[in-house]
Formats: sequence, structure tokens, C-alpha cells
Amino acid sequence: MSFEELETVDKPDDSLDEAFVRKVFFVCLNSGKILLESGAETYRIEDTMIRIAGNYGIDNVQVFVTTTVIILSMNDYALSQTIRIDERANNLEKVVNINDLSRRISKGLPIRDAINSIENIHETKMFPFWLVVFTGGVVAIMFLLLFNGAPVDIPVAAAGGMAGVLITESIQRYTKIKFFNEFFAAFFIAVISVLYVEFGPGAELETIIIAAVMPLVPGVLITNAIREMIRGHLMAGTMKGAEASLTAIAIGAGVGLVFMAV
Amino acid sequence: MLYAVQFILSFFASAGFGILFNAPRRTIFAGGLSGAFGWLVYFIATQYDVQAVIASFLGAIVLTAISIMSSRQLRAPIIIFITCGIIPLVPGGMAYNAMRSVVLQNYDMALAYGFQVALISMAIATGIISTEMIDSLFQTLKRKVKNMRKKEA
Repeated sequence: MSFEELETVDKPDDSLDEAFVRKVFFVCLNSGKILLESGAETYRIEDTMIRIAGNYGIDNVQVFVTTTVIILSMNDYALSQTIRIDERANNLEKVVNINDLSRRISKGLPIRDAINSIENIHETKMFPFWLVVFTGGVVAIMFLLLFNGAPVDIPVAAAGGMAGVLITESIQRYTKIKFFNEFFAAFFIAVISVLYVEFGPGAELETIIIAAVMPLVPGVLITNAIREMIRGHLMAGTMKGAEASLTAIAIGAGVGLVFMAV
Repeated sequence: MLYAVQFILSFFASAGFGILFNAPRRTIFAGGLSGAFGWLVYFIATQYDVQAVIASFLGAIVLTAISIMSSRQLRAPIIIFITCGIIPLVPGGMAYNAMRSVVLQNYDMALAYGFQVALISMAIATGIISTEMIDSLFQTLKRKVKNMRKKEA
């Protein structure tokens, strides 16, 4: 058997300038980081990173993305970095912006401009906080009516929905532990719902609570976990599944505590 | 009339989640539409005594089809429209019910809810992925036919 037949790894192609490769590496890694922090699916993140590198002429790029870590290697140039992702939230606007960037790169955007736009994307505008809180209330009302709730329960569902979003978002800054944010939010929702039904005109306790916790429950996360698994990303899928169960436990425990006390 | 009310409610629920997830302004309307149509299909199916699991599957197919169309139209990644659109269908409330039953030591109910959560989310995920797959197959076929015609010409 000849030597050529045994050879399985391609010879490194190091024809590009190293400073240039490092810039491409920066753009790649940061696009992946922004996507993962904004709640994109892992297979799409890997795809985007490999495509950006490929458009700048760098092949043999290996990416491994799970819910909490990105490992990116450009094997031909002996570059490799690992980054941890601690905070994840859904921020779809950033996903769109990175997608646009990737599209512009495939049409031949110079690397300098790509670095500039990465820095701009990092400071994407968010919706104002009051609007987000208000929307939490609107969503809760919609779900109350979808679940055939009584119209008399609308105010408390709205208050619960708004309070849920407000509590999770505002405690987040201090504790950094998602479990307790969700637990306290669910606890508060259960308390005001029980009070409203016991001492106020409230009609259906179950429906009020389920509508008010709707902005918090991990429905999308569960479905995404299963989608990842079906796509073959077992690790990311399992992690997302664990995250979703933890959220469900937090909310269930917060409400259950009030029910046990009543 | 009933359908119209359901449509409007699920539209605002999905669009509201668009704001919670910080979706770009121009995509929120389409996200709401995909959620509303997905829920409408689910709702009509359950009205005709179709099982919730199969109804969710049908709803997921419809909402993914609408998401694919809007993502072409608005030049935005499809995940935005899907994330907003599956909101009315996903069994988040049921997952909460399952865990609450556990906390209240009502294990039979917890198991029943838990299995339903697993089945329904499986159905939604399969609906989304199969629709995406059919679309990408269709696109490849279209490209191949185009290339063949070019060669002939």
C-alpha cells in the first residue's frame, strides 16, 4: 500500500496572509457568538460560520456549536479558539442582521467593512422596555381569550403578564440565575390571581394563571430542542431540553407553592 | 365569526411574541400572520375531532409554508417567522401544567401532561422540518431543470 492511499487529512493550504486570516477568524467567531446569544439554531450557526470563512477563501474550517460553547478551528492556519456563552436571549433582530452580513459577504464585502458591521450589530437597538412589558400583558390577554377565559378576568391576566415580564427582566440584572427569576415571577402571578379570585370578581383561577405565565413558559424552547435533535445535534438538543424543563419546573414550583399554601 | 375571533387573537399573540423576542419591525406582521394561520388550521382540525397531535402537525406545516413565503418576500431568515408563528401551537402551558402537577404530587396527571407535551412538540418539530425539507427538495429540482434547459439552449 502506498503512502498516498493512507493519507486522509489534506495538506494544509497556507497561501493566505496570516493577518488577513486572523481578521476573517474574528468575523467568523463573532458572528457565531452573536447568533448563539440571540437564540439561533446551532446547525444554522455552524452553516453561517463555515460559509463566511469559505467566502474569504478559507476551507477546512471546523466548527462545533452547542448551547453554551463555540469551538472554531481553521485547521490550515493552526488557529483555534473556544468561547463560552453564558447569557442567551431571543433577539431576532441580531439574527437578521448577521444573516444580512453573511449575504453581503457572499457578494464580496471587503473584510474591513465586515469587521465594522460586526461592531455595529453588537449595538442593535432593542424595543423600549415599557413596550416589552406592555406586550407581555397583551399576550396574556390574548391567551386568556384563546383558552375561553371569562372577560372579567382580563385585568388580572394583563397585570400578571406584565408583572411576569417585568420581574424576569429586572431581576435578571442582579441575580444572573434564570431559575429564581422565573420562580419569583410565577409566584407573584399566582399570588395576585388567587387574591383576585378570592377577594375580587375573578372567575376561573386556572385559566388566569395559565394565560399570565404564557410569556414565560418554554414552549418554543421545547420545540426547538426537538428540532435540533432531529437534525442530528444531539448535544444542543439535550441541553435545550434540560433548560426548558428547568424553566417549566421553576414556573410550576412558583405556582405550586401558592396552591399548597391556599 | 368564531374563526375570525380565533384568527385575530392568535395573530396578536404571535405578533406580541415578535416584540418580546425583539424581531425587526418589518417582520412582525408576517410573523403574526404565520401564527394566526397555523392556529386556525389547528383550531378547525380540532373542531372536526382530529387529535391534538395531528392537528398540531397540520398547523406546523401551514405555518412553515407561510414562513417560507414571507422569508422570501421580506429577505429575512425563516427562523423569525417560525419562532413567532409556533407560539399559539407550542405546548408551553401544558409543560407548566405537568410541572405543577409534579409539585402538587399529582403524578398521574403529570405523566399524562408530560407525554402530551413530548408528543405535541414532536409533531410540531416534524411538521416544520418536513416542510422545510420538501421546500429545499423542490428548490433543487427547480435549479436542475433550469440548468438542463440552459444546456439545451
